[in-house]
Order: sequence, then C-alpha cells, then structure tokens
Amino acid sequence: MKTRNTTTTADQAYLANRTQTLAAALAAAVFGSFLFLAIGFAHSATVHNATHDARHAFALPCH
Amino acid sequence: MFRKLFGAAFAAGIIAGLLITGIQQVTTTPLILHAEEYENGGHDHAAAVQSDYVIIQTKLFSTRPSAGSETLFLAHSNSGTEGHDHDDEAWAPEDGLERTVFTLGANITMGIAFALMLTAAFAVHGGEMSGRRGVLWAMGGFAMFTLGPNLGLPPEVPGSMAAELGARQMWWLGCAAATGIGLCLMVFGRKIGFVVLGILILIAPHVIGAPHPEEIGGGVPPELAGHFAAASIVVAAVFWAMLGWLSGTFYKRFEA
Repeated sequence: MKTRNTTTTADQAYLANRTQTLAAALAAAVFGSFLFLAIGFAHSATVHNATHDARHAFALPCH
Repeated sequence: MFRKLFGAAFAAGIIAGLLITGIQQVTTTPLILHAEEYENGGHDHAAAVQSDYVIIQTKLFSTRPSAGSETLFLAHSNSGTEGHDHDDEAWAPEDGLERTVFTLGANITMGIAFALMLTAAFAVHGGEMSGRRGVLWAMGGFAMFTLGPNLGLPPEVPGSMAAELGARQMWWLGCAAATGIGLCLMVFGRKIGFVVLGILILIAPHVIGAPHPEEIGGGVPPELAGHFAAASIVVAAVFWAMLGWLSGTFYKRFEA
C-alpha cells in the first residue's frame, strides 16, 4: 500500500512537470510561428519592404 | 520551463541573426542589389510592377530591361497590379545603412522564431541537449524550411518571374509542414508503416506541384539568378547550423 502511494505521488509529479513542459513548448511553437509568418509572409507593403532582403535570402516567396 | 525555452531561443536567435547578417553582406546581398539593377529604377518603384512589366517587355522586345523602355515602364506602373501588396507610396528603408539595419532586425526576428520552434522540439522530445544535438535538430529545420520548399519554388532573385504570390505562399507553407511531419514520422516512427506514411506525406506537395508562371524569361540574367539560388541555400545551411548549435548550447545551460 505504501509503495503504491509513493509511485502515485511520483507519477503525479512527473505528470505535472510534463504538462508544464508541453505548455511551454506549445507557447514557444505558437509564438515562433507567429513571428515567422509576420516577418516572412505578411502582405503589408511596409513589412514587405522592411524585410525584403531577409525574405529573399531565406528563399521565401516575395514579390 | 518558459524561461528556459524562451531565454535560449532569444539568445540563440539574436546571435545567429547578427552573424548571418554579416555573412549575407558578402554573399546574398550583393547578388540582390545586382539583380535589382535589372529591375530598372529604384527598388521600391520597380518592385511594384516588376512581374507584369517583365512579361510585357519580354513579349514586346524580347530583350532584358533597358533604359530605353522607360516609357512603357511608367505607363504600366499606373495600371495597378492586382494581387501585389506593393504600392509606390509605401514606405521603404533607404538603401545603405538603414536597409541593412532593417534586414538585421528581420534576420534576428527570424532567428528567434526558428529557435523557438527548435527549443519547443527539444522540450517535447526530452532528454539531454547539447550544441551537437541542436545541430542535428536544426538540419531537420533546414530540410523543412529550405530544402523541401526550394525543390518546388527555387530561391527568387528580385526580378525573377513567378506565379501569383498568395498561391506560392500557400504551397510553400504546405510543403514546409508536410516536410516537417514527414520527417518526424520517418525519424520517430517505430514501425515501417509510419516511415512509409512519412515518405508519402513528404513527397505529396511535390506530386501536387508548386504554382509556376505560364511563361518564364525574367529580366535578370540566368547566371545571376542561378548564383543567387545556390548562395541562398548555402547561407541558409550555415544559418541553421549556427542556430542549432546555439539553441542546443543555451538550452542546456539555461535553468528551467
């Protein structure tokens, strides 16, 4: 009984840690994608002109 | 955990963005500037009308843009270009230092964006990280964001002819996503079925085919366009290698 309790606590700690890790990873991936799309794909003429050379250098569709 | 992922990504992105801007200054940027000379006139002006202009000019003169066709250029520039996001009055950085500074900003932001995707992948995968393992992950990013899409839509030098922008962007993003998903299935799929599925997903965008213009023959010399295509892929490889090593190293060092 005691062993089972210990295991459950360890499992819960692992699960909490894993959930936190996945939440942080999701936030990083979403924010990273947003930045990438804004810099590389936004249709605004101003953004396009500011990022023009970087878009070409990264071989993104530009004009 | 948030601090570890975002801290490592920002540090790696800023350093890689700074370094790649220096490398671009002696590799891709001179080629972009050289190509723009063939676009006839200043950049922001030429960019607004270049695609349609080159088509008309190719049909009428069968020569590359020259100063003698200025009248056609100006006349065409008033007709508007549907599907383009350019217009003659839009702000653009001044050539020289200002333009370089904006390119630096864009490179750093792009570096942070890709590094965030890398650190997210490190965290989901788990296990020990190091600079070397970071480079391995970054090669996946290089395949996803450079090699895959570039097979269908090769790097464009300013002034090259291409299909409608929105369609190319959609194909590009779809191809990057398919390459990423396909590679993950091939690398992490434990059964042969997953590997085969990964290969099928990876090649699907290429079977569908990237959007291409009905005719080709832009005003930029093919030698220049070819050199730029090769240079931009090499520079992207260097960028991803640096970003991967930096992301892996900072990820290992930063506290959770």
